[in-house]
Parts: sequence; structure tokens; C-alpha cells
Amino acid sequence: MSDHNYTPSSKLGRWFNDRLPLLSLSAHLREYPTPKNLNYWWTFGGILTFCLIAQIITGVVLGMHYIAHADMAFESVEHIMRDVNYGWLIRYVHANGASMFFLAVYIHIFRALYYGSYKSPREVIWIIGMIIYLLMMMTAFMGYVLPWGQMSFWGATVITNLFSAIPFVGESITNWLWGGYAVDNPTLTRFFSLHYLLPFLILGLVILHIWALHVPGNNNPVGIDLKKPSNDTVPFHPYIVIKDLFALLLFLIVFAFFVFYSPNILGHSDNYIKANPMVTPAHIVPEWYLLPFYAILRSVPDKLLGVIAMFASIFILVILPWLDTSKVRSAIFRPLYKQFYWILVIDVVLLGYMGAMPAEGTYLLIARVATAYYFIHFLIILPVLGKKEKTLPLPLSITEPVLAGSPRSDMIKKKELYN
Amino acid sequence: MSEEKKPKRRDFLFTASYAIGAVGVGAAIWPLVDQMNPDSSVKALASTEVDVSSVEPGKSITVLWRGKPVFIKRRTEEEISEARAVKMNDLKHPEKDEDRAKNPEWLVMLGVCTHLGCVPLGDKGDYNGWFCPCHGSHYDTSGRIRKGPAPTNLEVPKYEFLNSNTIKIG
Amino acid sequence: MKNFFKIIFFLFLSILFLAENTFAENKEKLLKVDWSFKGYVGKFDRASLQRGYQVYTEVCASCHSMNYLSYRNLSEKGGPEFSKEQAKAIAANFEVTDGPNDDGEMFTRPARISDKFVNPYQNVKEAMASNGGAYPPDMSVLVKARSGGADYIYSLLLGYEDPPSGITLDDGVYYNKYMYGKMIKMAKPLSNGLLEYNDGTEATEEQMSKDVVTFLAWAAEPHLEARHKMGFKAIIYLIILSLLAYLSMKRIWSRIESKV
Repeated sequence: MSDHNYTPSSKLGRWFNDRLPLLSLSAHLREYPTPKNLNYWWTFGGILTFCLIAQIITGVVLGMHYIAHADMAFESVEHIMRDVNYGWLIRYVHANGASMFFLAVYIHIFRALYYGSYKSPREVIWIIGMIIYLLMMMTAFMGYVLPWGQMSFWGATVITNLFSAIPFVGESITNWLWGGYAVDNPTLTRFFSLHYLLPFLILGLVILHIWALHVPGNNNPVGIDLKKPSNDTVPFHPYIVIKDLFALLLFLIVFAFFVFYSPNILGHSDNYIKANPMVTPAHIVPEWYLLPFYAILRSVPDKLLGVIAMFASIFILVILPWLDTSKVRSAIFRPLYKQFYWILVIDVVLLGYMGAMPAEGTYLLIARVATAYYFIHFLIILPVLGKKEKTLPLPLSITEPVLAGSPRSDMIKKKELYN
Repeated sequence: MSEEKKPKRRDFLFTASYAIGAVGVGAAIWPLVDQMNPDSSVKALASTEVDVSSVEPGKSITVLWRGKPVFIKRRTEEEISEARAVKMNDLKHPEKDEDRAKNPEWLVMLGVCTHLGCVPLGDKGDYNGWFCPCHGSHYDTSGRIRKGPAPTNLEVPKYEFLNSNTIKIG
Repeated sequence: MKNFFKIIFFLFLSILFLAENTFAENKEKLLKVDWSFKGYVGKFDRASLQRGYQVYTEVCASCHSMNYLSYRNLSEKGGPEFSKEQAKAIAANFEVTDGPNDDGEMFTRPARISDKFVNPYQNVKEAMASNGGAYPPDMSVLVKARSGGADYIYSLLLGYEDPPSGITLDDGVYYNKYMYGKMIKMAKPLSNGLLEYNDGTEATEEQMSKDVVTFLAWAAEPHLEARHKMGFKAIIYLIILSLLAYLSMKRIWSRIESKV
């Protein structure tokens, strides 16, 4: 991986490290050269790692009290909220933690989109990231079923029913998923098992994600390649550790406001009603972080095509490094791309909003337009932009922009110098 | 910049930060540990009240308390005097019957063999008390170990008579 | 560029505006109450909780279960805080089914504080059959299970009206302007002077609604006060630690700024 010639200071350390190079790994992580011009959008990787660990710990603890059976699930959650010592706290941290996890992951993804972090040579990091995102969505979906409220049950019913759209094998696959002819206890118990399993797969992928990152090193706001180590980089410890810690603490303040003062605001009140297969809620909606995909799904009038569109919207992101043909990474130097980027942001927020509304009338129209834009953005606009856009000249190094504060002003200065 | 002053101030900031951070970590860990302690629904069942009005002399009932069986025996005069006559030297775990049964007519003990936790059988054994079939421990009419591998007498829990018909255990 | 963003922003706002009005449908604006438990330092009013318990027991409990409350909760911290003796006495008023006994039979006995609140019906089907096919919902988390929460239930209790002209109601169906769909199968439960409060407070409709909803809010969130208290400490702590982290960060980064 690197050419560190690290020798542990103690004899025991050397003995152990020769057999399992954990101390070398630790030294590598501490010394890892990181661009010194990273802004706060780069702190979300660390925040995400915290979120994953927090969800695993609170989840395992909840699993000590939760009962995965349709007759007792809802009651066991109330038992946790009322009787288990600090149960209410652990439950609210876990439920709101999921939302915070997705908030952080969306910021993390949109950072990558803005600064071109998905571009060569970081394609595999991006793809692993997309797989992590997919697993996160599956984990969250199954986790939401576990309290066995009305939204748990009916959300599960709607989404698992999608598989019946697959020609020929659709119904068999759906019954196989359900373990029966409808969402019921067998579905719940297997979702509990898988909900417990997937985060550990995510953890493994996160390790691969970071490993893959450490090969080329971090991208940076200006998007130019840096020599590592150099005057342009700082050792990860303590510079980035303290910055990530600071950002994490700010994030935790936001998290704390949700947990302690509005723990149910991101959820749906219908999920405090026990699941009833005989009564469908007036509006079935997934949790907010799945809303954009829900909107895309419902935009297409055909069931199968809607499912295909929904999966396509994620698949498109996977192949993004090959759709965006621009050689310039950072949107700072891509004025046209930057505008389309912000339109995409508004588009996705709009899709999210439409996902929460009934799929009819003006809402449906807007969702359709937004869906169309989404696909046009990735399939047409980005490939064309890469070829046609006139990008701004890149700075020669990051040091000057860091001192001056704005990369552009120094570029102009440099332009004069080097003309 | 005086090099002397700088390290001192820097150390204080970092030390203070570590210390305050550690407090937070501890505060965060405590709920995760405490949640495994008995929850309030379990603690509510920590004591149980038993109606013993239907128990005839010489008979016993078994009730569930904190997940374990509790023997409540209403002893006959014969059983009481037999228990009182035992010499302390003959006991592996010397305990006076008077200390085990404040009200001599009633014997309240955990029905859990002190050897490896099986439930002894009543009115059995060589000492007119209980016999544990798992490894052959014999208990007398005061629930004391007389023969066999059990190390101590059957445990007497905290209990009190709320009235002549009701015992509160725990 | 600027115009472009202005257009987008305007579109965004108009959509929000459209959404508000279209989704409003025929939704009545809820009555607002200055609940003592709302807000960052919200707490329950003990006296109101005790009165609310009385309303629940005397008016609602004949049809509405409270399956997740135990009698001991009535004496625990953060709730009505009846004394343990009072809670025991309250529990003893109710009969619970226990057993089977050694004869294999189920029997009834007075409730203990460790027991859950007694259910007015044996099962959901009996509850529905006794109430014209409509199930009186369990109230343990009702405040969290309705959009609008405490305000919604309060409004509903006071929202009974004569139906507007043109609408005829079936037997056993009543008009309530806050109910989703306007029709409700519960008759107006509260009226002035319906009961006599133990603490002598005048039992008006508004008072009883306020008290019972406070009680229901506690039933749904018995640890609300502990949560608010802990939140206050946690956030202050995090702000202090963030400040320390910020200062540490500046101190550490000052090492390189000088080098460049």
C-alpha cells in the first residue's frame, strides 16, 4: 500500500506487528497525507462512519428487547419505550439515526457530484459507495417494517408487490419474498434477520471504500492532483481527525435536537397504529429519504416500467463516471455544469416533495417533469457538457488558493503571470 | 511567540477537551449498559403476594417468584420439633431452624437446589424434607442440606406476613 | 444566471403554495392549546394529569383500552404521580383474569400495581361488535398516532356539530368537523358537568378535554420530562465540547499556517 518504514517502538509491538501488521496500519492511517484545502463537505465521510457504528450499537441493543413476531413486535417496541432502562432514548436514537445517516449520505454524494470525486481514478470508490447506498436503503426499508405499524405493513406490501411486475416469475418471486401469500409473520422474521445482517456487509464495504480511497488519495475542492506527501498535504492525525471531530459534534447537535425535542417529526403518525391487513391508510408513504425514488416509481403509469425506471435511476448513478465525459473534476471550474448541478439538487428535492403527495393532478405532472429531467441530466446533459463545455483554467497548485481564500482570484492572477 | 508559554496553554486546552470529552463518552455509554439491567416491568414483579389461607398443616404450595419456584410449607408440630432437635454439628451448613422460620409454622424457601439448580421434590428423602433427584441431595424439615453434594441450605428469601393469610415475598 | 435562479425559486414557492391549498382539502384548522408539555422545557401539569385520569376512567375507559399502561405507571416519576398507596388502591378497583389455577380454571382477582390497565373488552372483535362495527382505538399511543397530536384530539372532542344541510347521517353516526371524512361513530363523549372532579375544579367540556388530552399525551410519552431534561443537558454539553474542539482545531492548524 505505502512505503512507510514504520517500526513499533516497543519489543512487544514489533513482535505483534511482525505477525499481524495492525500497528503499521494504524501508523499509515495516522500519517495518511490528506489535502490541506479540504472544506467541510469532506467531513461527512467521518460522520457517516460514526452513524454506521451508532446504528449498529443501538440496533444490537434494541435487538435484546425487540420481539420479531407479528403478534408481539408492536408491543415489544412499546415495552422498550416504557419499561427498558433508557429504552426510549435508544429507540429514538436508532430511528432518528437512520434519518441522520441518510442526510449525511446525501450530502456526501452531492459533494462527490459537485467536485467530481467519482471521476478517474476513483470510479471503484464511487461504485462501492453506490452499493453501500443500495444496502443502506434495503436495511432502512426492512428496519421500518419491524415495529409492525400501519406504515410498516403497508409500505412493505406496496414495495414487495412491485416484484410481481416481473413477467412470468414475478408472482413466484413475490411469494418467495413474503414467505406466504401476503406480508405476514414470515416476512417480518426474515426482515429482522436481514436487517441485522446487512449493516455488517455495509461495514465491510466501508472498509473497502476507504481502502480504495487510500490508493489515489482524497480528491480536493480544486480537483487537481496533488503530490502526496508534500506541502499541499497534512497528516491525517491530528489535522483531519480534529476537524472531523468538530464537524461531527456540530452534526450531533442537530441529531440531539431531533432525538430530544422532535423525535417523531420525521416519521409518520400512522406507524403508531398497529398493523391491520384489513385497513389501508389513506396515504402510504415511505420515510423521507426514499421519497424521490417513490416519486419516480409512481411517475410511470405502467407498473413494470415504473419499477424499471426506479432501479434505472440508481443504476444511472453507478455508471456516472462514464456518463460525465469532462476531464475537469471540480464544478468550481465548470460554470455550466455548476448550474445544471443546482438544477439537479432542486429536481431531487422536488421529487422528494412529490413523493409525499398523492400521485394525481398537478403533483403527478410535476413528478413526471422532474423524473424526465433527472434522466435527461445524466443521460444527455452530462455527456454533452463534457465535450462542449468551456471550463475555467485550473490553478497550478492548491497552496495559493488556500492562502488567498478564493481559487478564482488567484487563477486570474496566475493567468497574468504565465501569459 | 514565547516557546515556554505555548506548550502550557496548548496542553491545558487539549487536556480539558479530553477530560470533558471523556465525560460525554461515559454518559453515552451508561444507557447502553444500563438497558441490560432489569427493566421496570421486571422490577415491578420483584415482590409477589401469596394467599396462603388454603394451605393445610403438613401441606405446601409452590409459587413463582422472580422466575424461580418458592416452596411455602405449613409445617406440623412434628416437623417443627424434628427441625429444632437437630444439632448444629450435624449440619454441613449450620443454621438454626428458628433463624430460618421466624414463624415456625411456615417455611418459605427457594425451591432451587444449591448444588446445580434443579427443583427438589417435596415429602421425599431420608430426612422427611426434600430430595433433589439430579444428584441426590437430601434436605430436612427446615430445608437444610443433610446428605449429598449441595453445599448450602435452601435459600430463605426476604418475606413478611402482611396478615395471617398473606405472605409478601421479596 | 440570477434570473434563472429567480425563476426556479418562484416555481418552487408556487408549488409549495399549491400543495398547501390542494392538500388542505376540507381540513379544518385545529384548535390550538398552550400545552404545558410542549416546547423545549415542557412539563406535565400533575393536577391536570390526575384529573385527566379521572376523565379517562369515568368516561372513556368503558370503551377505550389502554393496553400499554400499567397501574404502577400512575405513581412513577414524570406522570400523575399518585402515591404508591393511591395507585394500589386504584388498581384494586379493577378485576383481572388470572390463572389457570391448580384446577385448570381461570379466575378473577383484584388488580395489582404490576398489572396492565384492564381492557373493557375481551378482544378487538367484541369491541367492534359493541360499538356498531367501529373499533374504539386503544389510547396508549393515540396522541402520537394522529396527525395533529394533542391539538387534534382536543379539537375532535369539542368538534361535534349538527351536520350541514344536505348531509343525513345513519344511525350511530355523528358529524364532527375535525374527523377525517367528517363522520365519526363515537357519540359526543363530554358535556359540561358530566362528572365531579375530585379536586373540585369545574368540569366544563373544555376543562375535561384539556385534562384528558394531557393525560393521553403522558400515556403516549411517559418519559417526556426526562427526555426534555436530558436534551437540555446534552445540547449544552455538545455546544461546549464543539467550542473546545473548534479551539483545539485552530490551535493545531496554526502549526502549518505559519510554515507556508
